[in-house]
Amino acid sequence: MKSYPISIKPFGERAVLVEWPEKVSESILADILDFMDAFKELKIPGWEMSVAYNSLTMVYNQDHIDFEDTKSMILECHERQAKSKTERVQHLWTLPVCYDLEFGMDIEEASKTLGLTVDELIEQHTSHQYVVYGIGFLPGFMYLGGLPSSLEIPRRAEPRLKVHKGSVGLASKQTGIYPQDSPGGWNIIGNCPVDLFDPTKKAPCFVKVGDKIQFESISKAEYKLHKIEGEVGIYEPEKVVLNA
Amino acid sequence: MLKVLKAGLYLSIQDLGRFGHRDIGVPIAGAMDVESVKKANLLLENDENDAVLEITMTGPTLQFDAETYISLSGAHIVATLNNEPIDNYTVIKIGKGDILSYGRLEKGFRGYLAIKGGFQSEKLLDSRSQFYPVTKSSRLKDGDEVPYKETVSYEPKISEVKIDDHFDHNVLKVYKGPEFSLLSDGQLTEIFAKPYSVSKENNRMAYQISELITGHSHSMLTSGTLPGTIQLTPAGRMIILMKDGQTTGGYPRILQLSEESIAVLAQKKFGDELKFKLV
Repeated sequence: MKSYPISIKPFGERAVLVEWPEKVSESILADILDFMDAFKELKIPGWEMSVAYNSLTMVYNQDHIDFEDTKSMILECHERQAKSKTERVQHLWTLPVCYDLEFGMDIEEASKTLGLTVDELIEQHTSHQYVVYGIGFLPGFMYLGGLPSSLEIPRRAEPRLKVHKGSVGLASKQTGIYPQDSPGGWNIIGNCPVDLFDPTKKAPCFVKVGDKIQFESISKAEYKLHKIEGEVGIYEPEKVVLNA
Repeated sequence: MLKVLKAGLYLSIQDLGRFGHRDIGVPIAGAMDVESVKKANLLLENDENDAVLEITMTGPTLQFDAETYISLSGAHIVATLNNEPIDNYTVIKIGKGDILSYGRLEKGFRGYLAIKGGFQSEKLLDSRSQFYPVTKSSRLKDGDEVPYKETVSYEPKISEVKIDDHFDHNVLKVYKGPEFSLLSDGQLTEIFAKPYSVSKENNRMAYQISELITGHSHSMLTSGTLPGTIQLTPAGRMIILMKDGQTTGGYPRILQLSEESIAVLAQKKFGDELKFKLV
């Protein structure tokens, strides 16, 4: 497989920004993940990398870097990446969402704006798989792509000072879950009882960039059950391996 | 234990930061003014990453329950130990029950209290830096206790140093950011020819600049941000991300502060003047 062209820019004293063509695309994301795998193969300690859509921020925590040296190392790695493809395990996670009005305070208004019934909105929101294009903004916040255009709705005119942890929102081409209480301007349509960030766990965030998410509508009773299961640490989100 | 009798404006435990977790959206956190922390730890012959207390503007009142040694650095805030004045960059012996309190801020904005062996609060994701939701709270409150190890005797190699403050100036050295090329000649002249001032909106997450510059209508995909990244909003607001700043953002990253300049900015407060210098 041919890989996409990249550009490399300096980003302060110890980081570089590697950019792929500016598009939200699963094949570009796969290319970035291939590059990361190839770079990790080099086993150079001290580098950390984070993906967001079409870009990769690479930070060297141990020292200041020489941009030209770093650039040639990255280009070399990008060359080699095309030749050696690594197998990557990716998951499809099913995340429960309770769309009850108690949690989804904007769901009626959003349905009206979109020209759908509440049930149709839920049906559409739960029938698509969303690609995780990045994790950022807040610990455990997933940038999800693949929202159907029928669910595209502008942000609220006035952001709320407090959106509750677990709130599931819609805003233009995005849908997502607030992993903690936070100010926010998205239209809130439900709540997910699963902890997306738990610093006491070995892997505080179970989802990885490149994974997919599908939402599943649950009742209030199921919501409460999952919440309790989560609190006592016995809830395991449902997953299937995507590329087995 | 160190008991927080009064926390003051904003008191938190910080080391040099939490590295290696940007990929799950966890900011580095850590001390805002790393230069001052390193100096205070050096005087106590600590590891430079040993945890210290970061004090913001209005200092706390603290009580020690075991013998140890401390040193203060960073902002000049009048400090007293059992009502006797003490200075920055001095090794100070602490006895059981001693009370450290702070008064008027004279220069800078953030002071540091280092302790022999470092504060021993719980390490989460490889760091002791307080940042919610990694730690239970982002700051210490009245009545909180912070553990440290007792040190009965210590012979410092140097017990006092005269140090010129690195924040005695207002010039921030900046590099070109990833979206630097979006800036027009007019915007470049604006940024580098004029002085600016720190807005009321300044905290551990970000410092905003009071004065607006010419805006833009460029939209971009969300991408990585770092401490020291200067974002430009469409309205022309410059926002400088700091240690608790989010790991991704959607505004053009026009400039990037040098690390030394992050430490300089950390000592500026509302109304202080700043200038940008491209390096």
